[in-house]
Amino acid sequence: MRPGLLLAGLIAAATLIGPAVAAGGAVRSGTNWTSILMFAAFTAVTLGITRWAARRTRTASDFYTAGGGITGFQNGLAIAGDYMSAASFLGISAQIFTDGFDGLIYSIGFLVGWPIILFLIAERLRNLGRYTFADVASFRFAQAPVRSFAAVSTLTVVLFYLIAQMVGAGQLIQLLFGLPYEYAVVIVGLLMTVYVLFGGMTATTWVQIVKAVLLLGSATFMAAMVLLPFGFSLEALFARAVAVKTDLAAASGSGDAAAAGRSIMGPGNFIRDPVSAISFGLALMFGTAGLPHILMRFFTVPDAKAARVSVLWATSWIAYFYLLTFVIGFGAIVLVATNPGYFDAAGGLVGGGNMAAIHLAHAIGGNAFLGFVSAVAFATILAVVAGLTLAGASAVSHDLYATVIKKGAADSAAELRVSRRTVLFLAVLAVALGILFKGQNVAFMVSLAFAIAASGNFPVLLLSLFWPGATTRGVVAGGSLGLVLALVLTILSPTVWVTVLGFADPIFPYSSPAIFSMPAAFLTIWLVSRLDRSRRAAVDRAGYRAQQIRAETGIGVDAAHAH
Amino acid sequence: MDSGAEGGIEADPRYRTLVSARRRLTWVLSATMLALYLGFLLLVAFNKPLMARPVGSGVLSIGILLGLAVILSAIGLTAVYVRRSTAVYDPLVDAIRADHGG
Repeated sequence: MRPGLLLAGLIAAATLIGPAVAAGGAVRSGTNWTSILMFAAFTAVTLGITRWAARRTRTASDFYTAGGGITGFQNGLAIAGDYMSAASFLGISAQIFTDGFDGLIYSIGFLVGWPIILFLIAERLRNLGRYTFADVASFRFAQAPVRSFAAVSTLTVVLFYLIAQMVGAGQLIQLLFGLPYEYAVVIVGLLMTVYVLFGGMTATTWVQIVKAVLLLGSATFMAAMVLLPFGFSLEALFARAVAVKTDLAAASGSGDAAAAGRSIMGPGNFIRDPVSAISFGLALMFGTAGLPHILMRFFTVPDAKAARVSVLWATSWIAYFYLLTFVIGFGAIVLVATNPGYFDAAGGLVGGGNMAAIHLAHAIGGNAFLGFVSAVAFATILAVVAGLTLAGASAVSHDLYATVIKKGAADSAAELRVSRRTVLFLAVLAVALGILFKGQNVAFMVSLAFAIAASGNFPVLLLSLFWPGATTRGVVAGGSLGLVLALVLTILSPTVWVTVLGFADPIFPYSSPAIFSMPAAFLTIWLVSRLDRSRRAAVDRAGYRAQQIRAETGIGVDAAHAH
Repeated sequence: MDSGAEGGIEADPRYRTLVSARRRLTWVLSATMLALYLGFLLLVAFNKPLMARPVGSGVLSIGILLGLAVILSAIGLTAVYVRRSTAVYDPLVDAIRADHGG
């Protein structure tokens, strides 16, 4: 029983080595034993889930999509779990803590992609695909070129998302548990590998569900405790927050204290110009519909109806979660900003600006609740990283190996073997990159992942589903252009060119490339498809009728899914 | 699936109703969501003072109220789509599948 032994070893590692290392680092920063115990308990539970799931994971279908046996409600929670990353929980509540209103702009952007996925993609995706979104994008096209593009684009999105999560995880553990950054990144890599390698999609989904419930539960408790003294009146909470900000501004001797206090109720500097506003909006709204690890979740449910129900649940949970972060952010203004104990000598928040929600947990429930929320925040990163790795592994094994290299003749066992090797490779790569990018600003990597997904995957998926005239050459040319353009423009934008690379002036002045790269992708697909006179193009266009019948009614799905 | 079966389903008036009605709902709801969100972003970009103005005598601003409205509208539009699909499209799909196999 190799998996069993390895699991036992890892539980030991998490419970013994963790604190031992932490004790060594206690000189540098305080070790939070409650957090470590909570974290160990959570890890033990999730490894138990993995062990249970490992016994049920036999075929490639089990591994990628939990055998299609997840219900709509469960999948809705898992999707919400994939989406409510620690970055949104800590990052958005911190932004509200600092700027008030501006944090709301982020939350809304992350939410509005969900109705779009439901209206345009979810059910058709479930009816046409099996394991990856490339199944759908290549349904009526030549398999090799479209799948190669989809695999490259999936790996690019996954990698940027993964680096951001690894760096975030490293910083979080370093701050919360007093562990050195490198150890933290290695522990994340190890645990994530175990979840994915042995438990596959079943374990990843259940870890995601457990974490979603814990995160929603603790955020609800925090918001309720914040609102309780105000008789559950938002107006009273806002009024108190404005008063606190006014007092702080007056104490620091700024000119118009009252105006500074009121500024948290209106837009600040987050959205500077209309072009950036629209570009940012397009990237968030349509990027969600192109994220491979999110799209993959629609294959874990039995049919199109369940796919639809899962989006309704996911949208509701995510909206509820963002409303909670809004209350939590304002709660932090009232409870954290007024307590000098949470600030260092220089006047900054202890542990960095992102820790507002963590300090609020302490203000509400003391060390025990602080430990609980820290463990949940860390579990959040682990679960998201596991989902991303699985999406990357399926792109390599299902799209590249089974379809492009083996021309569809690979057996399930061989495909599974390639998939597991890819997981190991991605884990090592993620740990290496996480250590390499230590201390970097990671916000641009997440926004880049969304921009690439909106400019590469989304146009290909949309036009293959809705435009009969699209051809193989068209989607490959347009998708590739969108991907490369999004990548290049982001590097030339202020965030990377000036902040990271240190040049004086940005070559591309806007904060997000989507307003240019997304239409460029659509236009190229249209133009190249129109000019395509190849024999393949005729096959591509003729295939639309059969694709549409299956996308709309699901006829033919059951036969294709017989294992 | 041979082209005869495709022709059979495509000739079915229920299939044509399903496709055209669902497409219309899809585009109307997507356009509404896009318009609401981009409208909100453009108000933030062009008219910051309006968004910062209090709604009543208290501190709650128009911007926060509109933001919360966009969040609720996302859930609302999703619910509209799910209800209409369950009430109208699912019976159509089931009927088509029963007659044409699958």
